[in-house]
Amino acid sequence: MSMIRIPEADVTGWQCKTCGEPLVRKPVELKYLDSLFNVELPVCPACNMVLIPESLAMGKMRQVEQLLEDK
Amino acid sequence: MEQAELRHWERKCIQEESPRCTAACPLHVDVRTVCALLGQKRWDKAWATIAKTMPLPGVLARLCDAPCRDACVRSPLGGGIEMGALERFCAKHAAPVAPPRPLPSRGKAVAIIGGGMTGLCAAWEMARRGFDVTLHCQNPGGSLLDLPESQLPRDAFLREMENLATLGARIRTDVTIDSTLLDSLLETHDAVFIDSDAAPLSLTDLGQPDEITLGTLHTGLFASRAGETSPVMQAAAGRRAANSIERFTQGVSMVSGREQEGPCATRLYTNVEGVAPAPAIPAGTGYGEEQAHEEARRCLQCECMECVKNCEFLKHYKSYPKIYVRQVYNNESIVMGTRQANTMINSCMLCGLCETLCPEDFSMAEVCLEARRTMVRKGTMPQSAHEFALRDMAFANGDRSALARHAPGAETSEYLFFPGCQLTASAPDAVEAAYADLRQRIGSVGLMLRCCGAPAQWSGREALMDESVALLRSQWEELGRPKLIVACPTCLNILRDRLPDAEISSHWSILRALGVGGESVTSAPLAINDPCGARHNPALLEDVRALLDQLHIPTVEPKLTGATTECCGYGGLLAEANPELGTAAARRRAAAADEDFVTYCAMCRDMLAKTGKRAVHLYDLLFPVGGDPGARPSPGYSARRENRARLRERLLTELWRSTGDDASLPHESIEVRFTDEAARAMEERRILKTDIQKVLLQVRETGRCFHNSETGHSLASFRPTVVTYWVEFEETDGGYLVHNTWSHRMRIMGGQA
Ligand code: SF4
Ligand code: SF4
Ligand code: SF4
Ligand SMILES: [Zn+2]
Repeated sequence: MSMIRIPEADVTGWQCKTCGEPLVRKPVELKYLDSLFNVELPVCPACNMVLIPESLAMGKMRQVEQLLEDK
Repeated sequence: MEQAELRHWERKCIQEESPRCTAACPLHVDVRTVCALLGQKRWDKAWATIAKTMPLPGVLARLCDAPCRDACVRSPLGGGIEMGALERFCAKHAAPVAPPRPLPSRGKAVAIIGGGMTGLCAAWEMARRGFDVTLHCQNPGGSLLDLPESQLPRDAFLREMENLATLGARIRTDVTIDSTLLDSLLETHDAVFIDSDAAPLSLTDLGQPDEITLGTLHTGLFASRAGETSPVMQAAAGRRAANSIERFTQGVSMVSGREQEGPCATRLYTNVEGVAPAPAIPAGTGYGEEQAHEEARRCLQCECMECVKNCEFLKHYKSYPKIYVRQVYNNESIVMGTRQANTMINSCMLCGLCETLCPEDFSMAEVCLEARRTMVRKGTMPQSAHEFALRDMAFANGDRSALARHAPGAETSEYLFFPGCQLTASAPDAVEAAYADLRQRIGSVGLMLRCCGAPAQWSGREALMDESVALLRSQWEELGRPKLIVACPTCLNILRDRLPDAEISSHWSILRALGVGGESVTSAPLAINDPCGARHNPALLEDVRALLDQLHIPTVEPKLTGATTECCGYGGLLAEANPELGTAAARRRAAAADEDFVTYCAMCRDMLAKTGKRAVHLYDLLFPVGGDPGARPSPGYSARRENRARLRERLLTELWRSTGDDASLPHESIEVRFTDEAARAMEERRILKTDIQKVLLQVRETGRCFHNSETGHSLASFRPTVVTYWVEFEETDGGYLVHNTWSHRMRIMGGQA
């Protein structure tokens, strides 16, 4: 998970609607079944709302989830 | 799984048993591999394979009388494979092979007396096992040297004698063979073996040696039984002597576990259905390359694989049950590390076809279901594998869908109709019509809408299953223990198993008895698709056919039907735990007939429909609701739930004149529509309309979401319990249009819902 880079194209155009801020990359903690991961993700700099794009959720995240479930 | 259970299952699967040829071969030459290699014109490799097992191969291959031929499975289909001729071809045409490399010296000396085929082979076998071997004879080869050059060229014989020397065996011809020699050899050697057909009679006067050990009355002295004329049996006697002397010098049992030495029986089963006869290629004066190739290609490459050939799941994992059961066993023993067989274990459809086809009744279903139960007990079952199906079961048994009542206006029920939660989800109108028909024709019929518990059963959740059955039982008892009328074959199995004290009939047997009639709705024949749940229910199989007959519908049977029917891919929750494989299984079944299918399981109907195959449920024919039933799409997961809930609402208001007792939940008021792409993503990712409504309700309440100025779409997430759902949407008049949706189970730390 630590090696994850989200391609710019997957998040272009999105900004926080509530705060009107463009997103920035920030380390975010993700947790599943007692495992913690630190991943750079697009985040609203004002309210810290995190965006998980489809490619990440259905790709790498899913793989890691299944791997952890088999541990 | 206990070790003993593993052994039990491993013994059952006979895929690794020897083919008949190899079992019949006194030396157990790997005929099947040899034929495969010759079939690829790999002459040298074929010869090396023969030489690996055969002592003095250049001699024996030329003389073998090939008892394997008559044992060959090909025998009634053109004649057994001419292995004798194939071996001679190899001996003549293939590159010579160096003798095997002997094992390290054991420091044990063995003397052999007599240098006929038996004695030479014994020397070969013992030398390669690391014994210090000395062969005593005046004329090595004995009567072999009398054979014509055409049968055994002198060169070939001498080459094997050289190989014997390379193996380390010494030959002493400068001795007088008599009892003095024997006595001194017995003094100086760890064991002595006499080739009884090549030693003076005075020495063979020891009484008949033991059949299994070739032991004599004199400890440490072994001898072949005189009078053997078959060269390969002589070679086998030499090997038997070597095996005995090895055991003798090691001090282990002389007799146990020797059933497989020499010609033996095999349990391998090979199905020859559909194999065309092909005559043997005459051996004449010996094969050339073309003839050897053609003859070898007649070999059937015997194996069992009956189950694997007919099951998408077993085929997918590229092996066979004997291997799979070991993987299941190993999977259970893992303490730290990845349990690689989890998905495999969760991919069996539990359909029972393997057990029906297997000559030894191997049940992969039993193995996998037991493994799932163990995983659940130990807490190692992957959370996501069956969660969606179990949620669906909970919904079917929840307040919105479940119902248990006497017939409208009745105080008691003689019968209770149990359509099953999937039929209710797939064809609610037909269920309503079927219930009306039953009330009209047999009177006091109550109704029970709920799930039989199959998802709990299949996912190995025993506690959940018990709980679900207990609730079902209490409702049934409250209704006065009426006779059950059950439509779904899986429900039928489960209820008969778990409510043994209930009187249970299938709806189909009731309908058959009541009679159905009318115009044939179709003149084109329909292919019958028996659900796997009906496999062991011959009465049901018959009732359904009788009903189709009453409806004047011409039918055909796919190749696998009735007791050997195939699962649609939903059984065992395959379609949930391993969706791709579930689709593959459904496609396989869909391809089993060119005609439209008619079936009597709602999941079969919908799994087939999802592949694009035209399929009708018998209810579609008996209780038509208009339209083209063969093209009726399979309702999506959300629609299935709504169908159940709406049916309950409608029946309550229309039949029982009671108002629905549950107020709708806040998120259900969110107006939402989906693009085709979003609808597809929902089905594939098991995301329900209600999940999406919950996300949108949160947006409505908090305003929190992302916005994309290029597309004009918004994006929001919400985590109701253990899954975070993302919804990409556009606001429309009073509602939302959803463009895409996805989900993950990982939690974002720091408070984001
Ligand atoms: S068909 Fe081939 S593998 Fe089968 S018994 Fe005959 S030779 Fe052996
Ligand atoms: S899916 Fe059916 S045939 Fe295949 S292994 Fe499982 S029970 Fe046997
Ligand atoms: S049918 Fe399958 S399980 Fe049975 S012996 Fe053959 S390969 Fe093994
Ligand atoms: Zn913000």
